[in-house]
Amino acid sequence: MHFKARAGAKLADVRLQTALKKLQGNFVKGRADRIAELDNFPDIRDAAAAIRDRALQSLDVWLETFERNAAARGTVVHWAETHEDVNRIVREIAAQHGVRKIIKSKSMVTEECGLNDALEAAGLEVVETDLGEYILQLAREPPSHIVAPVVHKTRDEVSDLFAEKHKSPRLTDIPALCREAREKLRPHFLSADMGISGANFIIAETGSTLIVTNEGNGRMVTTLPKVHVAITGIEKVVPTLEDVSTLLRLLPRHGTGQSITNYISVTTGPKRDGDADGPEHFHVILVDAGRTQLIGGDMQQMLRCIRCGACMNHCPVYQSVGGHAYGWVYPGPMGSVLTPTYVGLENARDLPNAATLCRQCEVACPVKIPLPELLRKLRERQFEQGLKPWHEVAALRLWGWLAQRPMLYGLATRIKVRMLKAMANPQGMIRSLPFGGGWTDRRDFPAPEGRTFRELYGKSKA
Amino acid sequence: MSARANILSRIRTRQGKAVTVRASEREAVAQYLAAHPQGPRPQTGNDAVARFRERALGLSTTIGELSSAGEIPAAVARYLQSAGLAPAAVCWPQFAALDWRAQGIAVEARAAHGDDLVGITGAFCAIAETGTLMMCSGPDTPPATSLLPETHIAVLRRDRIVAGMEDAWALLRSESAGLPRAVNFISGPSRTADIEQTVTLGAHGPYRVHILLL
Repeated sequence: MHFKARAGAKLADVRLQTALKKLQGNFVKGRADRIAELDNFPDIRDAAAAIRDRALQSLDVWLETFERNAAARGTVVHWAETHEDVNRIVREIAAQHGVRKIIKSKSMVTEECGLNDALEAAGLEVVETDLGEYILQLAREPPSHIVAPVVHKTRDEVSDLFAEKHKSPRLTDIPALCREAREKLRPHFLSADMGISGANFIIAETGSTLIVTNEGNGRMVTTLPKVHVAITGIEKVVPTLEDVSTLLRLLPRHGTGQSITNYISVTTGPKRDGDADGPEHFHVILVDAGRTQLIGGDMQQMLRCIRCGACMNHCPVYQSVGGHAYGWVYPGPMGSVLTPTYVGLENARDLPNAATLCRQCEVACPVKIPLPELLRKLRERQFEQGLKPWHEVAALRLWGWLAQRPMLYGLATRIKVRMLKAMANPQGMIRSLPFGGGWTDRRDFPAPEGRTFRELYGKSKA
Repeated sequence: MSARANILSRIRTRQGKAVTVRASEREAVAQYLAAHPQGPRPQTGNDAVARFRERALGLSTTIGELSSAGEIPAAVARYLQSAGLAPAAVCWPQFAALDWRAQGIAVEARAAHGDDLVGITGAFCAIAETGTLMMCSGPDTPPATSLLPETHIAVLRRDRIVAGMEDAWALLRSESAGLPRAVNFISGPSRTADIEQTVTLGAHGPYRVHILLL
């Protein structure tokens, strides 16, 4: 099933539509309010884009620098070319340390990999600990938003789910539901042998990984188990602590409408001599899995992305259909650019067209990724590779042929506007258009006045 | 070829660079690291303490004002009583010698376990711009104490409040060689908005953060 079919179903889903309305109010308004706190926001945004470009322009040297400084602190750095490599490496680390139970904090890279299924297949117990991800694990559903994974669910659905899966009385109050999850998850935090996290940034200067969280589960995952594995894309490298300070002025503001997240955890190596807590072993897995395909070409700017989700929060298409309609891990405008690269343009045929090119995403992006331009490039590529539907190609060919013959074009359009005028009802609207059902199924088409622009223009000059 | 070599060479090939890294490329990276330039900073006013107070309160942190370290036990006792909490806590060793008994509080100087209800810590420094505490892990500053208990009480000296995160890093660079295992920035009680984007305090970490300004 493609985007178009899924989107149609999502538009008709009343519960989803109720849930999606909350997103606009909180995240969109929150971002606007928090940006207004910064007197020099445009300068900070320029600087952030430049920091990401600097990292990408010498990506290999920054990654080597990260690796060297991480290793100097006792971190074991692994490199994974594919999603399968990531799953294999985690299984090997788990086997090496006799791990049975794993707690996870939210990580979109591991969603790409299908890591949980791979670990469960190997007989390991995996517990998601971010509240949203925990709810999804119970419901056996994928996330529908990269920051607010469970945005598609209402409180009532969570109440039903907890009552069923926890076999407990049905609670309806949101704080009570949160406490129920806290009490269910606390024993897992204290008994797990391995913690898996992502990384919002990795810092070359210090060999550190950094995660931003609000719940505190990220801190637990990186502090309590004897093994910590951080899994992240190779593009997440940032040169210095100063650079990360600049980016952190933008990420929470654009992600959740907060000036700063509750927790920012910077982890450098395993437990040191004398430390009372912290993991004994710290592994970092640097993941390619399609990212190098974006390097060096006209799509490299996409790798600036800091995964804040502002593009989807501001997208009229995402706001209408939610994340699941996009069919893979990353939804919204950033997903429509990333997914075709990661899974192949031929497997994500209508995603580059799942946008109105209204430019809200570009305006909202904290690192100035020209998302509409990138989507347009993907559409061009689809055309070049013959991936467009035959009737669209034929129609464009016909139009192109006509447009190069001005006399014929003028004649054809003069006939066409007169026909359309004749089809109008007394209100000047057309109820049904042959070959234009996509438009007239849901709304009327305004009929033209009966003469073409060229006719009118010629007359006004005469 | 290893995965590492494949990934690095793919990056270079796609960017049209020679397979071997040139000395000038490493030099440019080293120079940037040595300079670690600051980005543009927003205006945060001249009074760091006032700004810190305002921002911390906005994050649902509460604040008590003290004039000497000797007042800490009485301030903790008052806070616990006003919040309806039992007079028992774990603390970082630096506070072990205070006269807790006189205030009727049972305090143990050790890292927090999963069932401890109140954790008392210091802080490396704090950031006025966002009302944030900066915590550095170490043998005497275990991170679990600010994380596992439902209530976190942090003692913060007013002269350790800096303007922005860049200043906090500069302070750390000047006082220690390299980063500790964990640097945790804490901005108020733990929270979640995962259910219907409704902010709820006390997700997995503390429900309450109380700062004693010294």
